[in-house]
Amino acid sequence: MSRNTPAFVRSRMLPESPPPVADTGAIRWLRENLFSSVGNTILTLVSAYVVVRILFWAAPWFFNGIWDSPSLSACREMLDGRTGACFAVLTERWNQLLYGFKYPSELYWRPTLAFVLLFVAIAPVLFIKYLPRQMLVFTGLYPFIAYWLIWGGSVTVPVFALVGVLAGAVVYRRVLTVSAGVAVLAGIIAAMVVWWAAGRVTASMEGVFALEPVASRDMGGFMINLMLGVICVSLSLPFGILLALGRRSSMPIIKWICVMFIEFIRGVPLITLLFVANVVLAYFLPPGTNFDLILRVIIMITMFASAYIAEVIRGGLAALPRGQYEAADSLGLDYAQAMQFVILPQALKISIPGIVNVAVGLFKDTTLVSIISIFDIVGMIRGPILASTEWNGVYWELYGFAALLFFITCYGISQYSQWLERQLQTDHR
Amino acid sequence: MANKTAFRKSDNQEEVNMNKTVFLGALTVAGLAAGASAAATLDDVKARGKLNCGVNTGLVGFAAPDANGVWEGFDVVVCRAVAAAVLGDANAVEFVPTTAKTRFTALSSGEVDLLSRNTTWTFSRDTDLKFDFVGVNYYDGQGFLVPKALGVSSAKELDGATVCIQTGTTTELNLADFFRSNNISYEPVPIETNAEGQQQYLAGACDAYTTDASGLASTRAAFENPGDHVILPEIISKEPLGPLVRHGDNDWGDIVRWTLNALITAEELGITSANVAELASARGSNPEINRLLGTEGDLGAMIGLDNEWARRAIAAVGNYGEVFEKNIGEKTPIGLSRGLNAQWTNGGLLYAPPFR
Repeated sequence: MSRNTPAFVRSRMLPESPPPVADTGAIRWLRENLFSSVGNTILTLVSAYVVVRILFWAAPWFFNGIWDSPSLSACREMLDGRTGACFAVLTERWNQLLYGFKYPSELYWRPTLAFVLLFVAIAPVLFIKYLPRQMLVFTGLYPFIAYWLIWGGSVTVPVFALVGVLAGAVVYRRVLTVSAGVAVLAGIIAAMVVWWAAGRVTASMEGVFALEPVASRDMGGFMINLMLGVICVSLSLPFGILLALGRRSSMPIIKWICVMFIEFIRGVPLITLLFVANVVLAYFLPPGTNFDLILRVIIMITMFASAYIAEVIRGGLAALPRGQYEAADSLGLDYAQAMQFVILPQALKISIPGIVNVAVGLFKDTTLVSIISIFDIVGMIRGPILASTEWNGVYWELYGFAALLFFITCYGISQYSQWLERQLQTDHR
Repeated sequence: MANKTAFRKSDNQEEVNMNKTVFLGALTVAGLAAGASAAATLDDVKARGKLNCGVNTGLVGFAAPDANGVWEGFDVVVCRAVAAAVLGDANAVEFVPTTAKTRFTALSSGEVDLLSRNTTWTFSRDTDLKFDFVGVNYYDGQGFLVPKALGVSSAKELDGATVCIQTGTTTELNLADFFRSNNISYEPVPIETNAEGQQQYLAGACDAYTTDASGLASTRAAFENPGDHVILPEIISKEPLGPLVRHGDNDWGDIVRWTLNALITAEELGITSANVAELASARGSNPEINRLLGTEGDLGAMIGLDNEWARRAIAAVGNYGEVFEKNIGEKTPIGLSRGLNAQWTNGGLLYAPPFR
C-alpha cells in the first residue's frame, strides 16, 4: 500500500498568477497572427511597409484636396505644385454624377424621394420578423409610386397599371382552385385586358394629377445604376424561380424551353445583349417606333440575371434531400402547395449567398450600359465630365467617388445577406 | 437568286441558305421601311419640332455638355445651325450621344437625322455604308503624342513601341498602314474613349498615343505638365471630319450641306453673329451677301426653307471663324491654330461653293 503513497501532496491551492506578458492581449495577438513564423514576419513587415507608403502618398493627396475651384487648371494653380486632389469636380458636378446631366435640377427631389421611399418599401421585406406585416402593402405600391415620381406624367398611368395587377391577382386567386398553371395564365390575361382597356382611357386623361414628365433618355448618373440594379434584381428573382422550377419540371416542353433559355443567355455576354437592345432592335422595329431604350435595357439585363439566378436556385433545389419532396407529397399537398410551403422556403434559404452574389455582380454590371451611350455614373465620367474643358484630366477623384458609391451599396447588401443567413439558421451547427 | 442556287445544294446547305435569305429579307424590309421614312426627313423634323442630332459622348472642344447640361462644342454647332435654319430655334435639338461603335447604326436606323460627330469622310463610309458626307467642318490628320523622355523625334523611330489606339476608328487602320509601309512593328493597346486613352498614356501603359492631331492637342493641354510631351511632326493620314446624313434623301442632305457652307461663306464675306441682323435688315451692296441673307433672290425656297434660313443659322451660332475661336481656337485651353482650316483666301482649305 505504501507504494501508492505519493511523496508530496499539495494541501493548498496555489494563488492564481497572471499569464506571462507575452501570452496576453495585444502582444499575444501580434505574435500569433503577425509574427508566428519567419515567413509571416517577413510578410507582415513587407505589408506594413506598403501600407505606410500608400498612406504617406494618399494622406497629403486627400488632405490637401481643393473643394472649391472652377476648373482643373485653377485647382493646380491653388495647389501650387503640392500633391493634392481636386475634389472641386465633385462639388461642381455632383448633381450630374448622381442624376445625369439632363434631369431637370428643380425636380431632383423626385428621384431622391423615390430613393428614400425605397428603404421604407424594402424594409418590411428585409426585416419581416421585426416590422408589422401591414407595411408590405406599401412595398406592393412602391413600384407604381416610384415610377410616377421618377418619370412623372399623369397619375392615371401607374394607377391603372396597379389596377391591372390587382385584377390579375384576384383572377389568379379565384382560378387557383382549378390548377396553378391555368391560374397564372388567367391572371396574366386578366391584367392584359385591364391594361388594354386602360390604355384607351388614359390617353384622354393626360393632365390628371400630372407631374412634369421626364423622358428616359434624360436620366443618368448613379440613379440609372440604382434603378437598373433594383428593378432587374427584383424582377429576376420571380423569373429565376420560375425558370429553375421549369428546368426541373417533368413536362418536356416546359423543361426544354427553360433549358434553352438559360443556356442561351448564359452563353452570351451581357454586353452583346446590350448591343442587341441598342442597335440591332432599331433595325427590326418599324421606323418611328420609339421603344424606350431604358426599357429595352431593363428587359435584357433582367433576362440575363434571371438565367443566373435560376441556376443558383436550381442548385438550392437539388441540395434538398429527396425526403423533403416525398414528405410534402405524403401530406397530400399538390405541386404548387408543396413548392410554396415545403420546398422553396428551404431551397431559397440555401441559395441566399448565391443570389446575393448574382445581385451584387449584376449591380456592378449595370455600368456596362455606358458602352451603349447611356450616361450612367461611369458614362457621365467617361463622356461629358472628362470631355469638358474645365475637368479634362481629373481621374482619381471621379472614379474614386464612383467606387465609393458602389462599395457602400455592395458592402451593405453583403452585410445584410450575412445577417439574414444567421437569422434563418435552423440547423444546430 | 440565293434561293435558286440553294435548291441545287444539299439539304443542309439549303437550310442554311434559306435561313440566310429569310434573315436578309427581314433586313431588306427593315431597310426599305427605313428608307421610305428617310425620304422626307425635313417633314419629319418639322413635324417633330426637334432635330435629332448624333454627337460624340464627349470630346473636348467638339462636343460635351456643360455644368448645366447644355451641349457645347465645335460639332454641336452644326446641329444647332441646322436646327436654327430649319426650325428657327437653335435649341430645338435632341442630342443623341453616340460612341464610335454605335454612331453609324444610329444614323442608318433613323434614330438621328444628322450625325455630327468628328467622323472621317472615307470612300467606304460614303458608299458602302450608304451615307452622304455633306462637307468638311474640320480638316484633321493623325499624329503621335510621346513623352519627351522617350527621346523620339520622328514617328519612324517608334519601332516596337506600344501605341494606345481607339478601336473602331479610321485611326486604327491608318496606324497599321503606316507601320506596315515603314516596315516597323508596334503593339496596339486598344482603348474605348479619348479620356481612357489619356489616362492609359499618362499611366505609362503605352509609349505613344495616336489619334487626330486636334485630339492630341486638347489631350496634351489637359496634362499637368504639357511641356513634357511632344506631338511628333509626322501627320500620317488625311482626316477630313464632317457631318453626314443617310443616303436617299438628297433634299435633306442639301439643307445640311448648305447650312455648313453658309457658315463658311459668312466668314469669307465678313458676316458675323454681331452684324448679321444689320446686314439682313436691308439690301446691301454685295449681291452674294444679299442672296445668302435672303434680301435678294429666293435661295431658301430652292431647299424647301424660307429666305431667312441662313440669317437665322449665322445669328444663332456665328460664322465659321467665330465658332472655331469660341470652341477650339487659340484662346481656348485646346489652343488649335487655324492651319488647314483657314479660308482659302488665307492659305487654308475652306472653300465654300458660291451662293448663286
